[in-house]
Amino acid sequence: MHNTLYKASVRAAITAALLAGSAAQAGTINIESWRVDDKTLWEDVLIPAFQKKNPGIQVKFTPTAPTEYDSSLTARLAGGTAGDLITCRPFDKSLDLFKKGQLEKLDGKPGMEYFPASAKVAWQTDDGKNTYCMPMASVMHGFFYNKKIFKDLNLKEPKTQAEFFAALETLKKAGKTPIALGTADQWESNQIVFTSIGANAWKGEEGRKALIAGKAKFTDPQFVAAWEQMAKWGPYMGKGASAQTYADSQNLFAMGKAGIYPAGSWDIAYFNQQGLDFGAFPPPVAKAGDKCYISDHTDIGMGINPKAKNKAEAYKFLAWLGSQEFADLYTNKVTGFFSLSNHLISVKDPVAKQMLDWRKSCGSTIRLNAQIMNRGEPAMENELWNVSSQVLNGKMAPKDAAAKIQTGFAKWHKPQQK
Amino acid sequence: MSYGAIPSSPPLTVMDVGFSRRCVPSTTAGSFYFRNIALAMPAMDFVWELAMKRMPWHIAVFLAPAVLLYSVFSALPLLDTLRLGFFTSNDAGQTSFVGLANYITILTDPAWSESFWNAMWNNCKFFLIHLLIQNPIGLILATLLSLKGLKGARHYRTLIFLPTLLSVVIIGFIWQLILSPLWGVSEGLLDKVGLVDYFAPWLGEEGSALITLALISVWQFVGIPMMLIYAALLAVPEDIVEAAHVEGASAWRIFWEIKLPLILPTLGLVTILTFVGNFNAFDLIYSVKGAIAGPNYSTDILGTLFYRTFFGYQSQIGSPTMGAAVATLMFLVILAGVGAYFYFVQRKLTRYEL
Repeated sequence: MHNTLYKASVRAAITAALLAGSAAQAGTINIESWRVDDKTLWEDVLIPAFQKKNPGIQVKFTPTAPTEYDSSLTARLAGGTAGDLITCRPFDKSLDLFKKGQLEKLDGKPGMEYFPASAKVAWQTDDGKNTYCMPMASVMHGFFYNKKIFKDLNLKEPKTQAEFFAALETLKKAGKTPIALGTADQWESNQIVFTSIGANAWKGEEGRKALIAGKAKFTDPQFVAAWEQMAKWGPYMGKGASAQTYADSQNLFAMGKAGIYPAGSWDIAYFNQQGLDFGAFPPPVAKAGDKCYISDHTDIGMGINPKAKNKAEAYKFLAWLGSQEFADLYTNKVTGFFSLSNHLISVKDPVAKQMLDWRKSCGSTIRLNAQIMNRGEPAMENELWNVSSQVLNGKMAPKDAAAKIQTGFAKWHKPQQK
Repeated sequence: MSYGAIPSSPPLTVMDVGFSRRCVPSTTAGSFYFRNIALAMPAMDFVWELAMKRMPWHIAVFLAPAVLLYSVFSALPLLDTLRLGFFTSNDAGQTSFVGLANYITILTDPAWSESFWNAMWNNCKFFLIHLLIQNPIGLILATLLSLKGLKGARHYRTLIFLPTLLSVVIIGFIWQLILSPLWGVSEGLLDKVGLVDYFAPWLGEEGSALITLALISVWQFVGIPMMLIYAALLAVPEDIVEAAHVEGASAWRIFWEIKLPLILPTLGLVTILTFVGNFNAFDLIYSVKGAIAGPNYSTDILGTLFYRTFFGYQSQIGSPTMGAAVATLMFLVILAGVGAYFYFVQRKLTRYEL
């Protein structure tokens, strides 16, 4: 394995050297990102818009595949060859970089004033004294449904869980796959399903903060309830869901073979491209009249590399990221990512607008384990992928899933050890 | 994402072995001849001495590229990995010496040891499937190919070897599609032969995912043992086989009592290459199941465990020092395996001078 390890670092070094070479020309700033899908958009829309205001500054968007982003960025930062602007993951990943001195402190820098405190939390030290990334956008979770199928079967957007399961049953009888969801890639089980549908049960921020403060446990009914719902999904997930990948689920829904798709807002762009007629509804509540909660997750930010070669230009770019113009462009062009700024923006895409309107009636919360809870060993995010997938597959009982996560959490989180 | 040092290295290593084995006798013979001339002809003494004096320089010059490359890209990183395993790093990224603490954590802390032993056991299964399926099939294919008068032998050979040349990522992707319960062809094919009841989403089930992946890997790499054994079979001298034939031995008996003993060293070599390759494996699992090698870590092997530990994955923050400790343990497993092989098997193999 040592040679594999070494190969990786040699490759990182070579890539870095190449990047450094291209960065040598004066005034070019490089942006590190995991948003490979948005490369054309940055090159054709966002960067030209910036250059119109700031002529002479060259900007290069150099994304790495999401699964490799964190490791290759770490290698490049350690080697001193990373780009000038660093796209930030929320919470601990970026906090870790800041602690190592690999991100600049941004408090008071131009552009930062346009963001509310709630948006900045994802990129602040625990005491709130240092902010190291500018919030860019959040993603929201809920369900998409195929409008044509719903119309044909005379179904309405389900508001309660009873209506939701009734709709699933109708879809199943009609020979459609009720839920387009698989567990081969595992991450959807947690990021799109568990922390999304569960928010109603644990009352969003209230439940999340209670876990961090040690006032609630994963084994409490409000958390087990989320897994209990998921355990009932199995029969509606279509044959062979255990080997179904995320791309399979997307295709299944895009082809009109499935009625409901548990979604992240970023999926809007993909299904629009496929020309699908679809709508969205938030996770159904337990009984009519309950307050709804949605997973409205601060997902993406932008920071500055302290060793940036063109720091002045990078700050100019960052100031532009805080502007009304960027917020508007990003929200409307990168459909499904919602600006976190205070600027007033009109959202043009109908489904995106529908999702954004949930904020008016539902309480927003971030992904359950995103803050602090991911910090220890065993890594909770990875554990949640595993147990949630098993619950969906009917291989693990909801209460066992809860017990496993709670044991791991209590192992290192002091407030949970009381 | 091709971390595969493995697919390309076996043939090369083997070529090396074969080359040097053939070369050794000829060089000895050459210098022997040279010295004889030197002894016979006093006039040559001067030249011989001169050659002897210059010899170290020649050696140094010729060895330099290999020694340099090997130490810079292989030996030093290995030593540095061993060193790094004794350190730990804090939040600020500074490292400090902790002795065996990392190893104690991996082997005794339940959170670590559970995943380590799970990965180790899975890796053993992965290897056993290769050993018991890939290599016997390789042997059978090689034997069939070396049959006299087999039409199109060259085409079969090329076709069977072809998947070995493909990227593991492509192989993983293709097989994922073939076996997909949604759009795969395997269910339809099973239906045609009336076995559709046996179809399952094999890659998604805890009980079958690892076996399926191992079989995909067998399918891809069966060409390597086949080629090695085929080469060894071709090297079995015609006259011995013919003599046995004249004596009235059946083809069956010739295989078991003449050919097999003669190719045993190659079979040993194939086994040890499979062992090293499998315990270094990573790419197929990563490309099909991702770094969390699901379902429920049932396809997690040492390579993927190492990847998660060293580089981190999602909320797991990578730790180069812990990763180095895992890598060292992998190195020790491979070292022990290879050592045991050389001590118990290789030494006792009878080699026949042909």
